Amino acid sequence: MTRRQKWSAMMSDLEKFRLETRAWLEENCPKEMRDGAVGEEFICWGGRNWKFKSEAQKTWLERMAAKGWTVPAWPKEYGGGGLSKDEVKILKEEMRRLRARSPLESFGIWMLGPALLKYGTHEQKAHFLPPIARGEIRWCQGYSEPNAGSDLASLQCKCEDKGDHWLINGQKIWTSYADHSDWIFVLVRTDPKAAKHLGISFILVDMTTPGVSTKPIKLISGKSPFCETFFDDVKTPKEHAPGISAIVGELNRGWDVAKYLLTHEREMIGAGGGGLLGGRSPGEIAAQAIGVEEDGRLADPMLRAKVAQTEIDGWAFLLTMERLKDEAKAGQGIGAKSSMLKYYGTEFNKRRFEVMMDIGGSDELEWEGARTEDGKLVKGWLRTKANSIEGGTSEVQLNIIAKRILELPDA
Amino acid sequence: MPLILTEEQEMLRESARGFLEEKAPVAALRKLRDSNDATGFSRDLWKEMAEMGWAGIIVEEEFGGSDFGFVGAGVLAEEMGRTLTASPFLSTSILAATALKKFANAGQRGEYLPKIASGDLVMALAVDEHGKHGPAKTAMKAEKSGNGFKLSGAKTFVADGHVADKFIVAARSGGAPGEEAGITLFLVDAKAKGSSIERTSMVDSRNAARVTLENVEVTGDDVIGEVDNGYMALEGVLSAGRAGLAAELSGASQQAFAMTTNYLKERKQFGKVIGTFQALQHRAAHLYCEIELMQSVVLKALQDLDDNFGMASVTCALAKAKAGEVAKLAALEAVQMHGGIGMTDEYDIGLYLKRIRVAQEMFGDFAFHADRIARLRGY
Repeated sequence: MTRRQKWSAMMSDLEKFRLETRAWLEENCPKEMRDGAVGEEFICWGGRNWKFKSEAQKTWLERMAAKGWTVPAWPKEYGGGGLSKDEVKILKEEMRRLRARSPLESFGIWMLGPALLKYGTHEQKAHFLPPIARGEIRWCQGYSEPNAGSDLASLQCKCEDKGDHWLINGQKIWTSYADHSDWIFVLVRTDPKAAKHLGISFILVDMTTPGVSTKPIKLISGKSPFCETFFDDVKTPKEHAPGISAIVGELNRGWDVAKYLLTHEREMIGAGGGGLLGGRSPGEIAAQAIGVEEDGRLADPMLRAKVAQTEIDGWAFLLTMERLKDEAKAGQGIGAKSSMLKYYGTEFNKRRFEVMMDIGGSDELEWEGARTEDGKLVKGWLRTKANSIEGGTSEVQLNIIAKRILELPDA
Repeated sequence: MPLILTEEQEMLRESARGFLEEKAPVAALRKLRDSNDATGFSRDLWKEMAEMGWAGIIVEEEFGGSDFGFVGAGVLAEEMGRTLTASPFLSTSILAATALKKFANAGQRGEYLPKIASGDLVMALAVDEHGKHGPAKTAMKAEKSGNGFKLSGAKTFVADGHVADKFIVAARSGGAPGEEAGITLFLVDAKAKGSSIERTSMVDSRNAARVTLENVEVTGDDVIGEVDNGYMALEGVLSAGRAGLAAELSGASQQAFAMTTNYLKERKQFGKVIGTFQALQHRAAHLYCEIELMQSVVLKALQDLDDNFGMASVTCALAKAKAGEVAKLAALEAVQMHGGIGMTDEYDIGLYLKRIRVAQEMFGDFAFHADRIARLRGY
């Protein structure tokens, strides 16, 4: 076959896949799940204690999970769809076309899954991944500690080898939704004498193990998405089932896994800044809220300039995400550039919400009541303040860019 | 289309970089400046560039061009930005070539495009009449006279104006200054009776001129596009110019930034390399991010010009706005971080500061384009 023939054969395969996908979604996506809703309250997180918001939410999860399409890119043997990058893209496009909700979101999908796929053994993958794909087990992430935030590698949560089990003592903080989760992946110190990056391990713990407890933290937004998580003499078996080690990757090399996952998390949080650009633009909202002059210009020229600046930077950032994606597809990994996405995306998101608050004026300061949907914007504004802290502060990202990309020397 | 360069475009970049570093380094601009060169660029070098297909980079092969499209032109502009290369590339190969290729009639295209591609014809766009860009503000008069027009008025900031053989002039055949309707584009011979040209010595040592026309006679054959409806064509030409300038600004910023990070790794104070100081590291890292954003918007604008020329005006405005702002930041940070040596004429960084100041002003600064974008988006 010539290159052109191969190309057109591939294209027709993809077109076929698109048509089949479209037909399947039309057939199987319940009507109630086609409203394009993306807010926190519409997400299906799954897990042992999950209460479905509707029968449709349950059906949608079950049908998609049976297809492997809750995690379309994962291998089929681990509960995924085994789709190629191009096929995943088509599936997403077709879901968007239908305004279909995502069937399942979770830290298992975003974080633990990628870590296991890269660092886990076949047995670990076969044991832990399918329940994530089916939405049966909900995971949370135990990274930060009260004295290990930006300097994460200084973490102290102790994990001792007691022969047939590990003994864990310590505290984690900023554990997202720990109070709703079934299992936790934790960074623990397994070698207190080694250099700080070299004595850390990545361990999997069942939250129902005696000694594990959680306490939600109330934030300035009034919400409690984060918890403190305590480990008091927690005995975790060396093997959760025969041949299924509790440790992911090598003992004392958990920092490699953590770093890999942080890169993932940064891309995700950074991308959030762009994702929020969807819907009505701040300019449109401002034009409606404040009014325009005869020539069509916003009646508040100083605010108008700020809005325009924000839109220009937001647009440039979106294009940069697109370019990095295309570069990654063409085989150039994005590496430390994930720190750029994290830094710029989160700082941009904060700026964008500041401008939205400027536009809203006192009307948007109402914390309760139908007029503001119980302070939807103002609570969102408060939430964004965490964007440039969680997953590594902006300052840490700038350090990474300076060292890894610009190769500026250490102090 | 993926937002990356194709293999062919990458090869063009590599060959351009090698050529410019050898034949047109910053020292070449310095020499032109210090010798008060009457032409302001090297005609021999321009001839060589033409032989490589650069002068006709967007010109179709049937007219002797290399037909690389606007992305190809942007790749060259970016590389010339790195070395601050002085040449009539923007005025002739981007602005004039776009006007002719996209809006001229068959006769005009056949007559001028081959000469542009061969490097034998230098052309310049005369649009602005005031210190701040504003094509709709065009006031130069185009009065009907027999079968043609008589042009009267004054243009400023005409890049390569004093060496151009021909001008493309925006003049008002109808309507009033401030209105988009009533503008017509004319081809005017530089030596036409009634035209006077004053070379203006600019801060960046690059070519510019003020051009005054007094009852300069042109015929109907000299009109590019339609009488009174030239604004759309002018916008198209300016979009290409803005994207080209944005690409040049991107190249200049990347080079100034590379010089700065190198300096941070060498210069010692307080017994340490100054690049170890977090205050400087964070500023450099922030600038790095902004430069990445600039590269994305520039490539997008160039691709849009190739894929959908008629709709590219918004992304070209975005590119020019963002590139102008980022380049300014890159230049200011470069000079500050170089400390005292950055203030000396001997050191090159000042030349980047100067060129960036001029290029970000040309065909609309940040405020001009931010205002346009805001209006297009309904506020």
